[in-house]
Amino acid sequence: MTQVPPSPAVSIRTVSKSFGKGIYAFRVLDDVSLDIGRREFFTLLGPSGCGKTTLLRLIAGFETADSGAIAIEGEDVTARPPFHRPVNTVFQSYALFPHLTVEQNVAFALEEQGMARDAIRRRVGEALEMMRMGAFARRRPAELSGGQQQRVALARALAPRPRVLLLDEPLSALDLKLRKEMQIELKMLQEEAGITFLFVTHDQEEALTLSDRVAVMQSGRILQMGSPREIYEAPTHRFVADFIGDINLLDGEALPGGGVRLDSGTVLPAAHAASGRVTVAIRPERARLVPAGTGALEATLVHSAYLGTAMLHKLELPVGGTFLLRQSDPAEAAPEAGRRVGLSLPGEALRVLAQ
Amino acid sequence: MSVAFRRLCLLSPALLVILLLVGVPLCLMAWVSLLDKGGSAGVDWSSAPSAANYVRLVWEEDFDGTMILNTGYLLIFLRSVALAAVTTVLSLALGLPVALWMASLSRTGRDVMLLLITIPFWTNLLVRNYAWLIILREDGWVSQFVNMLSPWPVQLLYNDAAVAIGLTYSFLPFTILPLYTVFEKFDWRLLEAAHDLGATRRRALRRVVLPIATPGIVAGALLVFIPCLGAFVTPALLGGGKTLMLGNIIQMQFGASRNWPFGATLAVVLLAIMLVVMTAMALWRNRRTA
Repeated sequence: MTQVPPSPAVSIRTVSKSFGKGIYAFRVLDDVSLDIGRREFFTLLGPSGCGKTTLLRLIAGFETADSGAIAIEGEDVTARPPFHRPVNTVFQSYALFPHLTVEQNVAFALEEQGMARDAIRRRVGEALEMMRMGAFARRRPAELSGGQQQRVALARALAPRPRVLLLDEPLSALDLKLRKEMQIELKMLQEEAGITFLFVTHDQEEALTLSDRVAVMQSGRILQMGSPREIYEAPTHRFVADFIGDINLLDGEALPGGGVRLDSGTVLPAAHAASGRVTVAIRPERARLVPAGTGALEATLVHSAYLGTAMLHKLELPVGGTFLLRQSDPAEAAPEAGRRVGLSLPGEALRVLAQ
Repeated sequence: MSVAFRRLCLLSPALLVILLLVGVPLCLMAWVSLLDKGGSAGVDWSSAPSAANYVRLVWEEDFDGTMILNTGYLLIFLRSVALAAVTTVLSLALGLPVALWMASLSRTGRDVMLLLITIPFWTNLLVRNYAWLIILREDGWVSQFVNMLSPWPVQLLYNDAAVAIGLTYSFLPFTILPLYTVFEKFDWRLLEAAHDLGATRRRALRRVVLPIATPGIVAGALLVFIPCLGAFVTPALLGGGKTLMLGNIIQMQFGASRNWPFGATLAVVLLAIMLVVMTAMALWRNRRTA
């Protein structure tokens, strides 16, 4: 007997959306298609204005698409209002109801479903316990700290057991330490609850830490979709490479049969199937400092910063432009600032990107 | 100088104003309500204080000296409260959607609407009520239109309905403005959150918008109900003298009847009703927010 593979948790087909009219129309989403697997932690990553929040709002039902279709677990929800969709949202501002207590906030969706009174009480208790907010059940949102409000918002969105949980930059209002804690907690929560998470963020580090898969968006399009490792190590676009982590970008000309002639004249042995103008990308931690005259590139050391776990060197290339190099062993001797050094660039660490 | 004394000194201008302009006149009115009516001056200041005027509200001395129930004033009280209540409900029902819509406008749109709503205040209330006289009268087009649709003849003017319409028109801004200030600050993402959690538009309105708007609703209701109880221009004009309200009989006692003590009695009772309503509202609100 052949088994039919389950339909994806969220399926988006050729969705476009514009705001404004006539000559003022602005395309926020341009022919976007993507599938999110069940129980996947999927992240939409991009700078502000890239359309990631609009895409989330389309799935929640707060906006309607100009064209295209959205399905949740195989059911077409394109025309359904938000209150008839099996998804719940954790808002950036939390949007807790100020006139209701914590437990009344969490019970809201269950009451709308017409659940029995004691079943609601049990479910609310469970949800608050899971977020360790049981002691605050009778408080009002205004009496809670930002981190506590965040937990209540999560409990409220999880209590009705949605098929997909939508998270709109939920951690952006928290300070760094709390954000790190909540990241770990979110990941554990997702595994525990067994729910598909669709996470929206502009924080690339957050996206890499949390996600099973990431979609990098720019100007209403998805540029690249893949695991955090793929996105980081094998970016397919100059924008993706530049947006995620630190990277050195060197412009040049693709040579037929492999190799790239940089604008400085140096030829780097980078494998590629491109032609014409290209950019060679290399991460700071993949390059190595070598004595002057022995590396692929020559550079002048401008500044070295001690980071505890590593040294970060800032170098100046003779043709202009800076080059970042991360030396993973800070105990290793480093040349003084102002010295000429060589850069060793291993061929397998070089990514050639079309311009 | 002790702190308490300094505090008293700092408070004294405000206390003085309240004492002289609110306290003294109120006491004077309460005192007058216990006296007899005088000749030309309206009050017989030398008469012994008694509760006779209050008795007169409900009881009437018959020709043979027995006291019989007089429902005349009671009915006017009841009608005043009923008309004020109807006006309050109508004003809220009309003001709520207007305030909601105003809050959804752009900045300029809101400013224009605020201006439009305050423009009627530039015109005298009497003039505005005369305008309604013209709109509702028998040969007016509103009356003709209604009578064209209705199977039986409809009289629009000189009845309770006309008074309710006139009062609602006069006091509508007092519900729109406090409701607007609530909705202007309203976080519309809460509405999205409610929809997200499965509440339909109607349910979200009931469970989120209205509870949060409650302070505005209460303020609007009080701002309409209280002046409505004492209104006398609108019932005098649009009620055609048939529909009397508290304000009218008080005005009559101080004017044509020259019976100031009885007028003061009516005013004290009106004040008592308002106090009861306001206390009830305050208690109800405290219980809800507790």
